[in-house]
Amino acid sequence: MDETTNPTEAQELTPWDRVQMARHPQRPHTLDYIAALCEDFTEFHGDRRFGDDPAIVGGLAAFAAHTVMVIGHQKGSDTRENMKRNFGMSHPEGYRKAQRLMRQAEKFGIPVICFVDTPAADPKKESEERGQGNAIAESILVMTNLRVPIIAAVIGEGGSGGALALSVADRILMQENAIFSVAPPEATASILWHDSAKAPDAARALKLTAQDLYQLRIIDEVVSEPVGGAHQNPQEAITILGARLRANLDTISQIEIPTLLKQRYQKYRVIGHYREA
Amino acid sequence: MKEFFRRRKTSFTTGGQSEGNPVPDDMWVKCSACRELVYKKELTDNLKVCPKCGHHMRMSAHEWIGLLDAGSFSEMDTNLLPTDPLGFVSLGESYAEKLAKSQQRTGMPDAILSGVGMIGGRHLALAVGDFAFMGASMGSVYGEKLSRAAERAADLGIPLLTINTSGGARQQEGVIALMQMAKVTMALTRLAEVGQPHIALMVDPCYGGVTASYPSVADVIIAEPGANIGFAGKRLIEQIMRQKLPAGFQTAEFMLDHGMIDMVVERNQLPATIGRLIRLYGTRRDPSERRDPVEQMISAITYP
Repeated sequence: MDETTNPTEAQELTPWDRVQMARHPQRPHTLDYIAALCEDFTEFHGDRRFGDDPAIVGGLAAFAAHTVMVIGHQKGSDTRENMKRNFGMSHPEGYRKAQRLMRQAEKFGIPVICFVDTPAADPKKESEERGQGNAIAESILVMTNLRVPIIAAVIGEGGSGGALALSVADRILMQENAIFSVAPPEATASILWHDSAKAPDAARALKLTAQDLYQLRIIDEVVSEPVGGAHQNPQEAITILGARLRANLDTISQIEIPTLLKQRYQKYRVIGHYREA
Repeated sequence: MKEFFRRRKTSFTTGGQSEGNPVPDDMWVKCSACRELVYKKELTDNLKVCPKCGHHMRMSAHEWIGLLDAGSFSEMDTNLLPTDPLGFVSLGESYAEKLAKSQQRTGMPDAILSGVGMIGGRHLALAVGDFAFMGASMGSVYGEKLSRAAERAADLGIPLLTINTSGGARQQEGVIALMQMAKVTMALTRLAEVGQPHIALMVDPCYGGVTASYPSVADVIIAEPGANIGFAGKRLIEQIMRQKLPAGFQTAEFMLDHGMIDMVVERNQLPATIGRLIRLYGTRRDPSERRDPVEQMISAITYP
C-alpha cells in the first residue's frame, strides 16, 4: 500500500493490500473510537485473579441513548505503546477481564460493544501456563448465552481465536479494510507451505476480507471507510462506524432477550459448509 | 429415537496409520518412546499402551470405540461430507487432494467419528477425533457432527463424551473453521440446559482452536499421561517468541499442575473412571426439581 492510493485503484485492492491497511499503525484503535463516540467512559481494570492486561481495555460508557459496556483489543500507535499493549495480543487475564465485564453488563442489563483488533492471542510461555486455551474457551462460552445484546465491530485485524473471544455477537460489523482470519496469513503460509513469506498467497486463499466474509454470511455488515482507508481520515472512519453501531444497537435493543438468544444460537449453529450424501 | 440405539456392527481394528513404526514381519511394533519391540497382539490387548514403558500411543478414532461397552456403539451422521467452501487456492496440494488422501488412509469422510454407545451399561453420546485425518483439524464437518452429538445428547438426556486430539482449526476452511469453535460451544449450551454433563478427554496431541474451545470448558476434563496439550505450539513459542521451554511443558501433568484439567488417567482406567462419573452425575436429583418454587423459598425464610 502506498499513500497515494486513489478511489479508482481502491477497487482493485488485493487481500494482501487489505492486510496492510488493517495493520496500519495510524488506523484508529479501540480507545480512539471510545474517546470520540462515547461520553463518560470509565475504564475498569483487572481480572480479579492474576492481573490487568493492557492488551484489552474495557469499561462503562454512555453511547447515544444507551449505557454500554465497551470492550476491545488495544493496539498501540507507536513502538512504545505497542510494547505496553503487547501489540494487541491478549493474555489470559485480558480475556478473563472481558468475561468479568460481560457478566457485569448482564447483571445490569447493559448492552456490550466489542472492538476487535488483534493479530492473535498472545502465544508466550506465560500465557500457556495461565491457560490461554481455557481463557479463550471461557470467553466464547460467556458470549454464547450472555443475556444482553452484543455487537462486535472488527476495526483492524481479527486474528484467530484471540479475535473470536470478543466476536461471538448478535451483530458482527466489519470495516471494509479490516480482515478476519482463522490465523494470521503468515501462520497459515507457514503451516501449509512451510514458508511465511507466502503470506500474500495465504491472504488471498483464506477469504479474509470483509467483502468475502459478507458473501460467506459470517459477518452482518460491511462498514465503509474514508477514501484511502481509515488511517487517511480517522475522524471520518470513526463517525461512519459510530453511526452503524448506533443503528444496530437501536435495533437489537428492541428484541426480547429470549428471542435474541434464540437468534444468536441459530446464527452460529448454521455456520458451516458440508454435503449430506 | 430408537433408531439411535440400534446396534450396528463396528469392527475394532488396529489401523496401520497411527503411531508405532511397523517392523518387517508386521507382528512386532517398535515403541516410539522406549524403542523396544512389542508384540503387536499384546499391544492391541493393552489398548496401545506400551507394556514395556507405559507410553500411550496414538489411537485412531475407530480404536477409541474400544473404550465403550463391547458392541454398544452405533455410528451416526456418517452421511456428512466435507466440501471446499472457499475454493481454497493452495500453493501445494489442493484441499480436495488432501481430503481424498486422508479419506483413503483412514476410511473416514472427515476427522471425526460420532454416535451413541454405552460405558458401564449407561448410555452416552460420543464424538472422537482422528489425528491421522489432516491432524484432526476442525472444519465444517467436525463442527456439525460435534454440534449434532451435543444436541442429540441433550434431546436424549444422556451425557456427552468427547475425545479430543487436534492441531486446531482447519486452515483450508478459513473463518468458517474458526467459527466452528463458537458453533460447538453454542450447541453445548443445550446440553447444559438439560443438566447433562460434557466429559472431555484430551489425548496427544491437542492444540489450537480445539484446546481454545469446547473441551476446555467441559464439566470434567481428563487427560492421558504424557499427552501434549496447549494452545500455541511449542515450535512457535521457541522459534518465534524465542523462549526456552522447560521439560514437561504442555504435558497433561503440566496442565494438571496449572489447574487447567481435573485429572490425568491412564488409558486402561478410562472406562472405569468415565463409568463412575456418569453414574455419579446420573443418580443425582433432576436439576429441575432441585430448586423449590420461589413461594416456598420465601415462606421458608425465618427472621430472628
